Amino acid sequence: MEAVLFYSFAGISVVGGVLMTTRKNPVYSAVYLVLTLVAVAGLFILLNAQFLAAIQVAVYAGAIVVLFLFVIMLLNLKGADLIEARPPGLTSVAGLAVLVLLVEMVLVGGLGRLTGPLGEFTPQRLEAVGNTQAIGQALFSKFLLPFEVISLVLLVAMVGAVVLDSHRRAAEAGAEGASSTPQQAVAEGPAA
Amino acid sequence: MIPLSHYLVLSGLLFGIGAAGVLLRRNALVVLMSLELMMNGVNVSLVAFSSYLHSLDGWILVFFVIAVSAAEVGIGLALLLVLFAQRGTIQVDRFNLLKW
Repeated sequence: MEAVLFYSFAGISVVGGVLMTTRKNPVYSAVYLVLTLVAVAGLFILLNAQFLAAIQVAVYAGAIVVLFLFVIMLLNLKGADLIEARPPGLTSVAGLAVLVLLVEMVLVGGLGRLTGPLGEFTPQRLEAVGNTQAIGQALFSKFLLPFEVISLVLLVAMVGAVVLDSHRRAAEAGAEGASSTPQQAVAEGPAA
Repeated sequence: MIPLSHYLVLSGLLFGIGAAGVLLRRNALVVLMSLELMMNGVNVSLVAFSSYLHSLDGWILVFFVIAVSAAEVGIGLALLLVLFAQRGTIQVDRFNLLKW
């Protein structure tokens, strides 16, 4: 039963990933990304990490992909913008590089010789303590400094997004000024 | 019981597919989405190791990877909007101002 679930979630995530990277329309890519993310959340549940599965669905599929879709709709790309002209030879070089990477990772990971010291959170202990409580206790005791730092990272990201939005408005105002009258563009050039 | 190597192979596959997307696609949005796929590959590997070695450290690291990824996507998309306002395109090979 676990094997059936693993292979179906794994297959869905890989197929979703391949479909996501090959679609011309970025909205289709975003939808396949959601499929991949939910399949990976299913894998997390199989690995007894239910809290992480919930976080994955809520943050990744529920917030990050929604942000992507907002930006896709805001950009409003039409047909001509979606055509991608690749430099000749890029496909073969990049394909070769990715093939080497894939073969290496499948060989290293698939040989099954990676191991390490066993910790104390056996599935029985986790079931007794509770997934969320165990993560919470670790997060606020052993990983307190990274936790505080990550709150700073998120603050910086929020401030940065607001600052970049002001740059975007300035750039759009500059572009509108350039398209309206040439004299205005000359006057606005040094100021923009 | 699924052996750990299966999860690692899956993690490698997801990472490689994401890497192919980052290298081969010209649309900056799809490049960012492929980057997210790479991070998910890494997350699968971390959670698999953490669960098989009966430890929580991998899960905590995944927690932070997800948070950092959210911050990075927010900033990346804001940058993309500025670039689009300035250059009128989001094809990554048009952003070549530093070339000769």
